[in-house]
Amino acid sequence: MASKFSATPEELSKIDHNPPKKGWMDTPVEFKEHTFCWGAKGKNLAALELPNARDWSPADEDWKLPENWQKIFLDGMKERLGKYRSFRLFMDICVRCGACADKCHFFIGGGDPKNMPVLRAELLRSIYRRYFTVSGRMFGRAARARDLTIDVLKELWYYYYQCTECRRCSVFCPYGIDQAEITIIGRELFNLLGLNIEWIAGPVANCYRVGNHVGLEPHTITSSVEFFCDDIEDVTGIRINPTFNRKGAEILFVAPSGDLFADPGTYTAMGYLMLFHELGLDYTWSTYASEGGNFGFFTSNEMGKRLNAKIYAEAKRLGVKWILGGECGHMWRVLHQYMDTWNGPADFMEVPVSPITGTRFENAKSTKMVHIAEFTADLIKHGKLKLDPSRNNHLNVTWHDSCNPSRAMGLLDEPRYVLKSVCNNFYEMPENTIREKTFCCGSGTGLNASENIELRMRGGFPRANAVKHVRDAHGVNMMSCICAIDRATLKALMEYWVPDVEISGLHELVGNALIMKGEKERTLDLRLVPLPGKAAKE
Amino acid sequence: MRILFSFIAVLALVLIAYAGVKTANLQFLFGVVVPYAAIALFICGFIYRVVKWGSSPVPFCIPTTRGQQKSLPWIAQNKLGNPSNTMEVIGRMFLEVFLFRSLFLNTKTEMTSSNRVVYGSEKFLWLASITFHYTFLIVLLRHTEFFVPTAPFFLDIIKSVDGFFEIGLPRLFLTGAVLLASTAYLFARRLYIPQVRYISLAADYFPLVLIIGIAITGMLMRYVYLTDLVSVKVLALGLLSFKPVIPEGIGPIFYVHLFLVSVLLAYFPLSKLMHMGGVFLSPTLNMANDSRMTRHINPWNYPVHVHTYEEYEDDFREKMIGAGIPVEKEGVVNGK
Amino acid sequence: MKIYNGGKIFIGLLVFAVLAASPFIFNMGKSKTAEKPDIRIDTPEILKLEDKKCVAPREQMRATHMKVLDSWRDAVVRNDDRSPVLVSGRQYDKSLQNGCMKCHSNKEEFCDKCHAYVEVKPTCWECHIEPKEKKS
Repeated sequence: MASKFSATPEELSKIDHNPPKKGWMDTPVEFKEHTFCWGAKGKNLAALELPNARDWSPADEDWKLPENWQKIFLDGMKERLGKYRSFRLFMDICVRCGACADKCHFFIGGGDPKNMPVLRAELLRSIYRRYFTVSGRMFGRAARARDLTIDVLKELWYYYYQCTECRRCSVFCPYGIDQAEITIIGRELFNLLGLNIEWIAGPVANCYRVGNHVGLEPHTITSSVEFFCDDIEDVTGIRINPTFNRKGAEILFVAPSGDLFADPGTYTAMGYLMLFHELGLDYTWSTYASEGGNFGFFTSNEMGKRLNAKIYAEAKRLGVKWILGGECGHMWRVLHQYMDTWNGPADFMEVPVSPITGTRFENAKSTKMVHIAEFTADLIKHGKLKLDPSRNNHLNVTWHDSCNPSRAMGLLDEPRYVLKSVCNNFYEMPENTIREKTFCCGSGTGLNASENIELRMRGGFPRANAVKHVRDAHGVNMMSCICAIDRATLKALMEYWVPDVEISGLHELVGNALIMKGEKERTLDLRLVPLPGKAAKE
Repeated sequence: MRILFSFIAVLALVLIAYAGVKTANLQFLFGVVVPYAAIALFICGFIYRVVKWGSSPVPFCIPTTRGQQKSLPWIAQNKLGNPSNTMEVIGRMFLEVFLFRSLFLNTKTEMTSSNRVVYGSEKFLWLASITFHYTFLIVLLRHTEFFVPTAPFFLDIIKSVDGFFEIGLPRLFLTGAVLLASTAYLFARRLYIPQVRYISLAADYFPLVLIIGIAITGMLMRYVYLTDLVSVKVLALGLLSFKPVIPEGIGPIFYVHLFLVSVLLAYFPLSKLMHMGGVFLSPTLNMANDSRMTRHINPWNYPVHVHTYEEYEDDFREKMIGAGIPVEKEGVVNGK
Repeated sequence: MKIYNGGKIFIGLLVFAVLAASPFIFNMGKSKTAEKPDIRIDTPEILKLEDKKCVAPREQMRATHMKVLDSWRDAVVRNDDRSPVLVSGRQYDKSLQNGCMKCHSNKEEFCDKCHAYVEVKPTCWECHIEPKEKKS
């Protein structure tokens, strides 16, 4: 059925932000090809003990819902109104001032008014008003309240899988109303009906049983890492032998599995390996807790907790003192704001102390998990790393703040400090597109599939537009970031919109610049590309 | 339709009060019964709504961070955008509640002719909102001359500043005029900004029209159809000391004004106007970003079914041994 | 029903309730203030009058006397028009002191009582010299 996505960037960038004449309640949802993801497979939902496990497709007329789906949805809503103050409050207090309207990357890149955060929320508020407020019950349509029909459910579904929970709207809302929070709860409700997407359910099922989203079994992990070590040896002449599941290590290292799976994430993994080796860090990888990311978080709070539990469980089993976390965006949303609450207290560990600098990470004293950008920034500040930033001279680098570390944590200056220490040519994108106002890659929260490619290219348009600006102004040819989904998806985004800009993780550039003890003269970067001016003298 | 509805609704309210007083002599209803009911609904309804929010817990620590976190001591934290303790949260809330900081930092997204997106500063919404709220507050405080037997200390100051230009007699209070203008702007922007028009509900137009109605009747009473203030104050103090009286000689326009205010008060807890209380309870604003420093407790946290390490090792033991990964149960195959 | 963060919410609601109810609180036990100020129109000059009428009916004067004074001030000071006002055969000077105060010579009992009651501070006496009343 699927036709190939063929719209050119020129066609896609003709965007009309003016809403149609017809009101939104009278505009039925249209499932446009290349803008939505496939439905979850029954076997994956079943493996996770999730309800209504069956194969289904959003494009089908019949979604194979249980008989009493309305009751399930509304009961679920009622339960969550009682469980989450955020949900009840955000249903109640929006004044529709419109400050958030033009802040969503999907709206900016697509122009569909239902992608204005306020209207995406109103889609659910109309149900809330109808079933949970007096005025909605009394005035119905006049109060913009509406019955939960199958068409309304489909509309909700379509647009709640067009939100990447990036929180940019929340930054601009005078009451901090966070569409991410509403989307999270909306998706929980869909999951009560078995309406997940395969691109989330598949990775979650993988992660649950195998340990990581991409489904790398233990021996595959070790062989992947082995492979990286071969490449590192080629580049530096140094052989690294990392350990796995080693009891008694001081530190457990948890990275997003994407970094072990595909480039350019793999180069970032090489950077981690080189850094830890150079420091002589007493650390270990885990094949059981081999995923820092958490697509369960895009399914339900409970599913997020079920996947996340492995990290503390593994830390306890191995007897480590603290945990170091790799470069991943939503992973850090979960680790920073949820992990301790879900699966803590982590009282079997110690307050993280850098064994190299002696710095006590007071900001992680309860969760006991440190972000690698914090860890590396501290090393550099204390002069513990020998760096040659000129090895990155062939790169004009810009920095992409990932949504979650920016707006659910505030990790902004640590990576910048590291970046500026390891490369000489750094250029910021325009002010309104970075830091807490950063733009999503357009593919977060499990929307990084291939069938929704138009949605992704549209959602990533504001980011790409800002990259284009620095490319034209400063010749930027590399965008660095600390998010595995970014590394997996921005590549495609750049190929589409700004073809000559590549993507890297932060620690890839650290690995390039790191002067290791006993290394041979570097002639290649971590991508095994010859360094200009340092070509091998044969 | 939504817009017309709001105008018709407010006009109907005006007519009800006018006719009620002018033709049916329902002064007691509009001057005593309705105001009492409205105040009771306002206070009780407001408390009910807040208590209702309070009955839902805040399971997770989810502040929206606007700026650098507190991490390493040498990295400057943005304390007001990303607070890490209660004092800093108070600072952030102060800026939000009293200065509307988020709106101040609002941007405007526009497409250029070459299909690029640009972001400009957008201050009009902030300006109109903040003038609206503050002039409303000042007008309210100015009304204390009718509410208490002896004027509070701030009344003279407000009145002399507010009427500084001594335009006309009774002299023009600037806040009234600015209130009307900013409300009119907030209404107008809902009409002429296409996206905002698209999202606006009757529930967005109605309170604006109602407040415009209140401001117009108030100003008419002050500047055009002057009313015997002594009688008005007698009525007000009667209400407020629970000894209601209806003095002679108060024109119907006063009752219209009072009725619209009563409707606003009664409508308040039923509506989006509850953002006044809600802003204080918003978890994305009022929480410190300290979730890695202090464990946040979820009162309904419950045990979940997890895939344990033992189950994992049972699945992969041979492969693990083959890859040289240490296992817990060496020599056990398939869990036996 | 359990209230989470109950302490903070309670304090917040208490502040709200106190502010919202403050007009009632300030009026507690002050029942007398609800009574209309008792203004006196029993000056000797008024007592001498057969039909006790002013330039306009009483209701109108109560609401709009400041407008009358304002228009007189404009006429006299700005337009040099001192022609007296003629109402039902009686002449009145367009003057605060020689018009109004001729009859209403009891400023404290007539003007001030109401002005104080409604917290109005007219600017009359910034230019005019305040009459010295004999205390009786």
